[in-house]
Amino acid sequence: MTKLRIDNVSRVFPGVRGSEPTRALEPVSLDVADNDFITILGPSGCGKSTLLRIVAGLDQPTTGSVLLEGQPVSQPGPDRGMVFQSYTLFPWLTVRENICFGLREKKVPDAEQREISDRFIEQVGLRGFENHYPKQLSGGMQQRTALARALANDPKILLLDEPFGALDNQTRALMQELLLGIWEASRKTVLFVTHDIDEAIFMANRVLVMTARPGRVKCDITIDLPHPRHYTMKTTPEFAAYKARLTEEIRVESIRAAELEH
Amino acid sequence: MFEPLQPVSPGRRTVLGILFFVLFFAVWGGITLGGIVPPLFLADPLKALQSGITLFTEHGFIVDVGLTIWRVVGGFIIAAIFAVPLGILMGAFKGVEAFFEPFVSFARYLPASAFIPLLILWAGIGETQKLSVIIIGSVFQIILMVAVTVGGSRLDLVEASKTLGARRSGIVLRVLLPGAAPQIAEILRLVLGWAWTYVIVAELIGAQSGIGHMIMDSQRLLDTGQMIFGIFIIGLIGLISDFLFKKANQRLFPWYFIK
Repeated sequence: MTKLRIDNVSRVFPGVRGSEPTRALEPVSLDVADNDFITILGPSGCGKSTLLRIVAGLDQPTTGSVLLEGQPVSQPGPDRGMVFQSYTLFPWLTVRENICFGLREKKVPDAEQREISDRFIEQVGLRGFENHYPKQLSGGMQQRTALARALANDPKILLLDEPFGALDNQTRALMQELLLGIWEASRKTVLFVTHDIDEAIFMANRVLVMTARPGRVKCDITIDLPHPRHYTMKTTPEFAAYKARLTEEIRVESIRAAELEH
Repeated sequence: MFEPLQPVSPGRRTVLGILFFVLFFAVWGGITLGGIVPPLFLADPLKALQSGITLFTEHGFIVDVGLTIWRVVGGFIIAAIFAVPLGILMGAFKGVEAFFEPFVSFARYLPASAFIPLLILWAGIGETQKLSVIIIGSVFQIILMVAVTVGGSRLDLVEASKTLGARRSGIVLRVLLPGAAPQIAEILRLVLGWAWTYVIVAELIGAQSGIGHMIMDSQRLLDTGQMIFGIFIIGLIGLISDFLFKKANQRLFPWYFIK
């Protein structure tokens, strides 16, 4: 069943002070099935974040439309949970209060808020930190809270914009396993933007490679690796084969992207 | 101690802070008691203190102090009640800002003290006139500074709140307001300091009571000791209110003061 349909979505940013308009995204079409975990892989500046922001409703497409369960998307809403690359926890709220933000907005009764937040605090391993403020947490813990905050709303789809991009390698690997564990348990539909090839393969059942600007979908590769996945999978020959292929695909685009900067 | 940005210990900080006061009084005492400056122009510290004690014991100066504090706080609270919400609305909604901003920016430069003759005409020399001076002096400053602070809120937090289901009122009340609250408190602390200058100016002209009125009276008697003591009392009250404001902020916004 199609959960999310991206239909010929493109984005042109108007030129600033007489300069040429920027074509950030060529028309992109994509059908996301229920329970899909799709990673969108591309060089920086390829418009992958723009695409995600359009799905979130934070940006408007120049052409095309986005349908979530058949309903057109025009503005942000709690049915599409999002985790950003930058740390976006509310600094004046504690971990628990951050996680309950969306629930409070929905006027969920306090007792139920507590129960839900308890569950997600447990799931992202933040028990004992419920009453900490974001400033008192490490980057990894902040992103885990952000993930719990998005999940607590029980969105139809989870949008992740390089959520582990600012973390160090070890923390990032642990976060991948944590997220994958959550996905394996709940099978929530996920759209995950990254420029990390290992991450893209390890997490996904489908990898979309995007071209350098203006971005369009270059190829769509199904990742046929069994679940549950364990970090040791990253050293198997099957994984290496996917990695070799994607490295080749992305390398061409990275070179093009680098040339575009000149 | 002279390593850039290196913190000093709290004990040393206190000692250094007090040291300057000591130095200040020493220099003042030196030039007055040493006869460098004639007492007609500048009373010595002991004389000022004596005058101050007489003011309290014989002239009921405490009533003047109380009245002045009441005027400052009253005028300031009235100004804040109007200015803070309007500033928040201007910061949050660009249309509201476009409507008010040019006028407020203009009004901000109107000197409050220049309104005093006009205000005496309108409101007499009673409390209404005193409060009006302070309100005029503070309200536009608060509006603009709050608007700038709220307008500079983190856009990524607003976006995050939208993806969590927040709409217009939720964004203003649950993101912009709490995010800007500590800085708004700082703005109020700052403007309260300015309000003190307005109240004294208001009391210098056409007043029957207050610290400013006492200073004016003392000038007629050429009592520089009393004048200096009055000015010092204002400084002291400012120091205390500043301290209380800071403590209250730390209590109200603990998250803002983490590291």
